[in-house]
Amino acid sequence: MAIKDGNERQRKVLLDRREALTCMTWAGTGLLWALNWGVPLTKGLIGGAYAAPAPHEFTFVQISDSHIGFNKPANPDAERTLREAIAKIKALPVKPAFMIHTGDISHLSKDEEFDNADQLIKEAGLPVFYVPGEHDVLDDERGRSYIWRYGKNAKGTGWHSFDYNGIHYIGLVNVMDLKAGGLGNLGDEQLAWLERDVAGLSASTPIVVFAHIPLWTVYPEWGWGTGDAAKALSTLKRFGSLTVLNGHIHQILQKVEGNAVFHTARSTAFPQPAPGTAPSPGPMKVPAGELRDYLGIASVTYVTNNHPLAVVDTALSTAPAL
Amino acid sequence: MKRTAPRILFFVLLAVSLLTARLAARQLETAATSPSVHIDNFTFTPQEITITRGATVTWVNDDDIPHAIAASDKAFRSKAMDTEEKFSFKFNEPGTYEYFCSLHPHMQGKVIVKD
Repeated sequence: MAIKDGNERQRKVLLDRREALTCMTWAGTGLLWALNWGVPLTKGLIGGAYAAPAPHEFTFVQISDSHIGFNKPANPDAERTLREAIAKIKALPVKPAFMIHTGDISHLSKDEEFDNADQLIKEAGLPVFYVPGEHDVLDDERGRSYIWRYGKNAKGTGWHSFDYNGIHYIGLVNVMDLKAGGLGNLGDEQLAWLERDVAGLSASTPIVVFAHIPLWTVYPEWGWGTGDAAKALSTLKRFGSLTVLNGHIHQILQKVEGNAVFHTARSTAFPQPAPGTAPSPGPMKVPAGELRDYLGIASVTYVTNNHPLAVVDTALSTAPAL
Repeated sequence: MKRTAPRILFFVLLAVSLLTARLAARQLETAATSPSVHIDNFTFTPQEITITRGATVTWVNDDDIPHAIAASDKAFRSKAMDTEEKFSFKFNEPGTYEYFCSLHPHMQGKVIVKD
């Protein structure tokens, strides 16, 4: 597949600035995305009812927060629900071009947790692009294990970029060197790299940014935001289409601000409460049999017609695969 | 025979209650010299603890999610503590030690060490 990293970037812009990510499908397991006239649209969760992509479209899938190793009452078998998520992705009628994992692959950064996650995820048969969650950098050397496994072509603590079909994708790391009382943190070195990374790009290039902790302030009381995200968004504001994909909060939230569209993904492991609705953001135990209503995946499709922003949410519990 | 049975029972009960009282006293003593901070619902309890120099504080994670203790001035730092796991640190120098959870930095606490 024609995925090129930041160093050998395909400079030729294939997309008009009116075109952008338009479709994102959540399937209780992942989110399906499509590009459409400068506005990102989701086509709904994988497993839900959505229009199949036309031949000129392409899709990619987002999964998040697998937390392999988690075994508490909120979900005693996080491996099983990840396996179900991967099965949903494999059952998609159009094979996605690649997968993005927005972090918390493991629960405690243990080798066997990463190994088990890798075994399950590779069943999808797709290239996977990762960013770390705070649960992936808990080893003694604070992230060395993650870099060894997933960051061989990355810079710093794991940030990287690549191009596919005229879209520029940027994976950012905002879970390192967190400060007391603070939110997620990108840091000056990464922000400087980001400026260099996009310096040569035309403003008409659609940009997809993905990172673990939301790059917009969802709920600071629970640390759900990134302290220096505004600096990154300022660097990217000249682009006509910016799509930001995050995880961390284990639920779907969306926001549109100017040319930027922000989405957070469900977990494949356990749900967390809506902001401020519980004493803490800890794992939310839902009634037996309802867990899969709260877990999901997302899939993104590139399309070229003009649709409004639309998201159809479907959960892991949805029986028919796409 | 009929008289000795209640008498024995009385002495057994007396011994048990004395033992219990002594154990309770010892636990209180332990609490005074080995203070602990519990983590529940993403909160340190007590959020501020005052101890004497040389005392050891033990943090216990009662949450269903891992937490980790990190001093703001880097004086101490724990590994990730999963549910029911503990971390202890002995404070040999007086002062105020602010700390936070390095996974969830909105969680903050303070240890005050008196001479």
